[in-house]
Amino acid sequence: MIRVDGQENGKSLIQVRGLSKTYRRGGEEIQVLQRLNLDVDKGDFVGFMGPSGSGKTTLLNLLGGLDVPTEGSITVDGDEITHMSGSKLTKWRARHVGFIFQMYNLIPVLTAYQNVELPLLLTKLSGSERRKHVETALSVVGLTDRMNHYPRQLSGGQEQRVTIARAIVSDPTFLLCDEPTGDLDRKSADEIMALIEELVARHGKTVLMVTHDPVVAARAHTTLHLEKGVLVEASKLAQGVVAGGVK
Amino acid sequence: MKFRSLIFANLFRKKIRLILTIGSFAIALVLFTFLAVVNSAFHRGIDIAGADRLVIVSRVGLMQVMPVSYGDQVRAIPGVKYVTHDHWFGGVYQDERNFFPQFVIDPENHRKVYPEFIVPDDQWNAFVKDQQGAIAGAKTAKRFGWKVGDRIPIKNTLYGPTKTWEFNLDGIYRTEKPDGDEGQFWLQWKNFDENIPDSIKEMKSTAGWYILKLDSPDDSVRVAKAIDTKFANSSYETKTETESAFAAGFAKQFGNIEFLILSVGSVVFFTLLLVTGNTMAISVRERTAELAVLKAIGVTDRSILFLVLAESMMIALFGGVLGLLLAWAAIPVISAAVTGLLPPLLLSKTMLSFGLVFAVFVGVVSGLLPGIGAMRMRVVNALRRV
Repeated sequence: MIRVDGQENGKSLIQVRGLSKTYRRGGEEIQVLQRLNLDVDKGDFVGFMGPSGSGKTTLLNLLGGLDVPTEGSITVDGDEITHMSGSKLTKWRARHVGFIFQMYNLIPVLTAYQNVELPLLLTKLSGSERRKHVETALSVVGLTDRMNHYPRQLSGGQEQRVTIARAIVSDPTFLLCDEPTGDLDRKSADEIMALIEELVARHGKTVLMVTHDPVVAARAHTTLHLEKGVLVEASKLAQGVVAGGVK
Repeated sequence: MKFRSLIFANLFRKKIRLILTIGSFAIALVLFTFLAVVNSAFHRGIDIAGADRLVIVSRVGLMQVMPVSYGDQVRAIPGVKYVTHDHWFGGVYQDERNFFPQFVIDPENHRKVYPEFIVPDDQWNAFVKDQQGAIAGAKTAKRFGWKVGDRIPIKNTLYGPTKTWEFNLDGIYRTEKPDGDEGQFWLQWKNFDENIPDSIKEMKSTAGWYILKLDSPDDSVRVAKAIDTKFANSSYETKTETESAFAAGFAKQFGNIEFLILSVGSVVFFTLLLVTGNTMAISVRERTAELAVLKAIGVTDRSILFLVLAESMMIALFGGVLGLLLAWAAIPVISAAVTGLLPPLLLSKTMLSFGLVFAVFVGVVSGLLPGIGAMRMRVVNALRRV
């Protein structure tokens, strides 16, 4: 269940408390996020919507340990990440976060197999163990027959599937998707969303997704709206979400 | 190395750029190696100079002669073991382009002073007995296809009217070290002295310079001073110095070779840095998003630096090996083409190793700046630029 009221229930996988982020631009302070609270349980699928500049990607970056907040804390599976050093945070990301980007961001000179294998190169797995994991991940996204293809030889939807395989191959604690269908046609977008839903439903993955597309957002268990850095509205679909943002 | 496939894939991403960079690197390294070889050639005389040998020349200049009687007087100075003398012959064999240094030597003492020149005893004895005899270095003999017993005609214009001197090749010398000078040609002083025409009789009974071997190198300063004091205020004042100082002074006659080589070498070095550094900077800039993704999935900053450095080192290594192979093939050809104009050019194993180390060093330095930039890049900013 997803909550934004800051009430403890003791079983949150991701717990955000009083999260603020301020940028300084040309001597002016821009507050992107304002004292947000958020609780996400294991297996939740939450979508973040909002206009450009509302702080969706900033929130995702903070949750993924790519950026540090000005105030507040983020705890994932018991680890408080907001005060981790840069190198510790890098290792934490490798272990706990799977990233899915809008532009896929695959390495063009590596095959689908090699792209998916990349996160495993940071582990102590042997070559044969890595192969097993990569083949499993590619079979989950239905691309076993394309493993030796380069990104340029794949369609946009297939590239995004490879990105998803790369994100899940190391079995991370949760997945962060930044506009995963933003660069795809409707049919491919549907396929990708079906795949993400399957990851949640069948594999118990926890997914946090940013999107502009209401159709895509509707596929999430819960949709939260960010308006000028504040969670202002809960999705109608989210039965358990306490409405409103925390200021 | 788990990232091997990524390093190689990135390396061959832009093949034309890679070929051009490696090509530029290789050509620059050929030039650098050539300069190092020339520098080494000019210093070889200094490097192989005996620490226990002194050279006496006329205080007026190298082209001025001294009486041959100086030899006995020098030998009488305490600390002097052997004395020999040389003359510059300066003849032409068939064509002026066939230059090789010819020295008029004193067979009695030459071998004692220069034990590093090895002549088989039977050949040496034949030479000593044969007033028209000559000994050639192995390299010169090979160059002209000479063998012992051949008659060698050499035209000379320095001493009197042009005359062709004929010599019997009695022997061929070699040197102890592979990079020793095997290009000389020796003839007998007695033959030379007897054939000096009357028109330049002041050249009779003279020596161009003396070389003496000491009992101990420690005596060099004292003996040199004693010699120059002895002949001070005479018609033939002397200047005595160690063989290495003499060789260095001789090299300086060609100009400040070292400065020239250092200047050109520095330009080549910075060109290499710029060429490789520029390639790496462009390459890293093109891959900002990819590097950001690698960082996002957990590749450490240090590993990112390693990836960039590994790539620049590979470029430098490929370019370096290619450049050294080209230099290895080209330098003997160049050396043969400039025989007589420059000392023999030799590319030693030490120089090849140095070239390789130099290439790797350039690779590391040129990759450092783009690598540190990639290392410090913030993932959030890099992804925002995509």
